[in-house]
Amino acid sequence: MTNNTTESTPLVKSGLAEMLKGGVIMDVVNAEQAIIAQDAGAVAVMALERVPADIRAQGGVARMSDPDLLDGIRAAVTIPVMAKVRIGHFVEAQVLQSLKVDFIDESEVLSPADYVNHIDKWNFDIPFVCGATNLGEALRRITEGAAMIRSKGEAGTGDVSEATKHIRTILGEIRALSSRSDDELYVAAKELQAPYALVKQVAREGKLPVVLFVAGGVATPADAAMMMQMGADGVFVGSGVFKSGNPVARAAAIVKATTFYNDADVIANASRGLGEAMVGINVSDLPAPHRLSERGW
Amino acid sequence: MRIGVLALQGDSREHLLLLGQLGVEGLAVRTASDLAEVDALIIPGGESTTISKLLVNFDLMPQVREFAKSNPVLGTCAGLILISDEVIGALPDQQLITGLPVKTERNAYGGQLNSFESSVLFADGTTENVAFIRAPRILEAGNCEILATYNLEPVAVQFRNLIGASFHPELTGATYLHKLFISLVEEHQS
Repeated sequence: MTNNTTESTPLVKSGLAEMLKGGVIMDVVNAEQAIIAQDAGAVAVMALERVPADIRAQGGVARMSDPDLLDGIRAAVTIPVMAKVRIGHFVEAQVLQSLKVDFIDESEVLSPADYVNHIDKWNFDIPFVCGATNLGEALRRITEGAAMIRSKGEAGTGDVSEATKHIRTILGEIRALSSRSDDELYVAAKELQAPYALVKQVAREGKLPVVLFVAGGVATPADAAMMMQMGADGVFVGSGVFKSGNPVARAAAIVKATTFYNDADVIANASRGLGEAMVGINVSDLPAPHRLSERGW
Repeated sequence: MRIGVLALQGDSREHLLLLGQLGVEGLAVRTASDLAEVDALIIPGGESTTISKLLVNFDLMPQVREFAKSNPVLGTCAGLILISDEVIGALPDQQLITGLPVKTERNAYGGQLNSFESSVLFADGTTENVAFIRAPRILEAGNCEILATYNLEPVAVQFRNLIGASFHPELTGATYLHKLFISLVEEHQS
């Protein structure tokens, strides 16, 4: 019998993202934090040199992490390890593929390397996740080969309002698309600046063809559960865990609230005894040039 | 008949959709009281390390172990790892449900770069296209019945009330394994 085996198909790439559903992906900067995340029940870790809150505080150009740091984190855990590349930096992505990370985040949290083009993600066997603030942006990233979409939110702030805005916008635009008649989808594709075939598919199925997570500002169990109730498939937590008073307890509590997102009693109990949340910055106090969500298009 | 799908983390939704297509009532199982409502349980794909931690952290492991002693359970990918008696490549302190007398190796078909789609061959000659994603490999199948093979290796096996599979039938719309499981549940009920 011939098996017709094919590796790294779009299904296999988006399939790994399907396996992460209902889970929490945590930013970690060393092996110790990765182990705390795994013990708390995180479904994957995002390995980086500085969490977004520190990138924000310290400024400067933020780039792909050191390969030794990634190797150290990969050796410490059995869950998938993700890592970030700068928007448009396809050689950083080639390096991460060579290092055999499980997932690449083409991320606005790092300094963009190309202000015109995103990476052609079809050229890679490794799946990519990309940020989006609205449906058109999500569909453009999927057209470029993204196997998973996350809201951008406003990373490193602990202010969930931007993440709320982005997930509501994306899901609201999908609902609006589903109510349009077939002959109105051509102009919808024009307005969304996305390919007609993909727009039609989303309109027909009422959902994105890939998994949709929320990222950017999630800091408490209630934040995570709110994102899930609004329709996210899972949650990224960046600075929210390891910039808080008790990362071990907070990590486990956010995981629990993500699984039992519809059970207010469980969320209430998970919210007890967590110590201080990350101090945070109100997005409205951030001058526009410092808003990471405005990077990418 | 009502079949539960463990919904702590992973692609429980695809299994529930597949059960619906096959005309069987499904229930997302997150608590011991959910478990009491079902006749059988599917443990879906997801991250086996994570699902194991969550079963322990949410105090559900003893109940699921007890359930798997006498009720039909289907484990796919991460689910196979969790019901295996012996696992290579898991954390040293990882808690398993156990019950299926196989030796399984985590991610043994390779990491994400080596994930693939392929057809598998069932015992009656049926073939279906399925996905192997960071898939576990059955190294020793002991006294299990071989339900399906890939390159002559066992990729789906049964031992009494338990079925384990390395692959994901639920992502490609393959229905054969679920039909086998539903007949097992029917037999078990009669």
